[in-house]
Amino acid sequence: MSTFNVQKLRHEFPNLNITVHGKPLVYLDNAATTLKPRCVVDAINAYYVTGVSNVHRGVHYLSEQATAAFEYSRQVVRQFLHARRVEEIIFTKGATESLNLIANSYGRHFLKKGDEIIISHMEHHSNIVPWQMLCEQTGAVLKVIPINERGEIIFEEYTKLLSEKTKLVSLVWVSNSLGTVNPVKAVIEAAHKQGAVVVIDAAQAVTHTAINVQELDCDFLVFSGHKVFGPTGVGVLYGKEKWLEAMPPYQGGGDMIKSVTFAKTTYNVLPYKFEAGTPPIAEVIGLRSALEFFQNIGWDAMKQYKQELLDYGTKMLLSINGVRVIGTAREKTSIISFVVDGVHPHDLGTLVDQEGVAIRTGHHCTQPVMEFFKIPATARASLAFYNTKEELDILASSIKRAKDIFNA
Amino acid sequence: MRDELYQQTILEHNRNPRNYRKIEGATHVAEGYNPLCGDHLWVYVKVNASGVIEDAAFEGSGCAISKASASMMTAALKGKSVKDANVLFEEFHRLVKGDLKPDQQANHLDKLTVFSGIWQYPARVKCASLSWHTMHGALEKTKTVSTE
Repeated sequence: MSTFNVQKLRHEFPNLNITVHGKPLVYLDNAATTLKPRCVVDAINAYYVTGVSNVHRGVHYLSEQATAAFEYSRQVVRQFLHARRVEEIIFTKGATESLNLIANSYGRHFLKKGDEIIISHMEHHSNIVPWQMLCEQTGAVLKVIPINERGEIIFEEYTKLLSEKTKLVSLVWVSNSLGTVNPVKAVIEAAHKQGAVVVIDAAQAVTHTAINVQELDCDFLVFSGHKVFGPTGVGVLYGKEKWLEAMPPYQGGGDMIKSVTFAKTTYNVLPYKFEAGTPPIAEVIGLRSALEFFQNIGWDAMKQYKQELLDYGTKMLLSINGVRVIGTAREKTSIISFVVDGVHPHDLGTLVDQEGVAIRTGHHCTQPVMEFFKIPATARASLAFYNTKEELDILASSIKRAKDIFNA
Repeated sequence: MRDELYQQTILEHNRNPRNYRKIEGATHVAEGYNPLCGDHLWVYVKVNASGVIEDAAFEGSGCAISKASASMMTAALKGKSVKDANVLFEEFHRLVKGDLKPDQQANHLDKLTVFSGIWQYPARVKCASLSWHTMHGALEKTKTVSTE
């Protein structure tokens, strides 16, 4: 193992200290949501205990403090994504809302009957359904990039789908159910040659790799705060300024207007045009702490450590008789989906929980992926930097116990 | 400590499900689906002219709890009147929610009380009740039953 100091980092996550059914918690459900470091909880707490105010409207002390903290978070997100301008950072309630915002605002404004939208077979439902709804509303057509047995998109098939009809490509960077890391840069380049805009769902990518939206040249990118050690209820939409300027507002309300009369309303400037109503202030402030904490760890050592965990976990699972790993892409993040002969994923989930092990079981909001691999569900261990080899050993022994109980 | 969920009876019915087949000429059929976990089954019931369940069976895929529950249900239904089947449905429903304590309250559940601890596993209650809802739907002539 590398010199990465995992024990020191674990101290920052109070949730790791709990016991479940009398056993120490082994939290391996990080693709669903990550645990929160103390600094995030403290930041939220500080806002609620001594800093409560709405933002962008009062002239009093608390309001100015809250507004400054809120807008500082936007700066931190801009820097996290390496966006050109702070106006390109829109706060939403999560990646799902960000995608719906794009589909409703950009999609309904720019797409028409016969236009084509391309997604992939491994998308999360949140990157399928908004586009299906858009197609129903506009008459646009949804095309799907097929995947291979390893769980990788077939790039040649993608290039065949691209044509002058393609107006939008929306792709997951890192698959939540397979762990596949997609070649987003090449996908974006190919789409741009056809004049299509590209949306990147970075919900799982944010903890996998550093993001530079200018280098990627994506038109939009979305993520959720809670999957990067931040609070639930806050997400981010990055959009190129030229698109955000051209797009109509998504929701109407306070904060998103310049002036309102019954004859005419003029909309506020970016980013406020897309932030109607009181935003999740505490959550935005908490997200800043999460991103600062996370970035301070240092990518290189963390990436290496997580790769070691992935390799160890994969090898360990495959050494158990009857275990099959679903998703064997050549480039993968630390997400391991698997099935166990003779033990249904849901029974496995309940049985390993009795040993304190939290894994996710089900279709992971990717039913087309389950259909492709002809399985109803998988068990999924998704690893964060605070996980350890010892925890993976506990997962292994709890799987063996489940197999024993089932005589599998 | 919660009661052990995977008791021998459940494991045994999961391994060797009873009445795992299609009934040709079933009078009542319904499809049950739990979108949360992908459990998916068909329940077949054959009711004769005097309102007695002559045969009950199921097919499909799911976890051990849903399979064992369907297996035990079909075994319990045979020979019962539709009216008694509905009583059993109500009792089983209350049992898995933890509202019926079989050692304290009169009931007709018999072997089905093996599911009496499942209310302590809220995420799994639907696994046990899927086949029952589907059977109930079949008798009520509802074609597709979803637990969501």
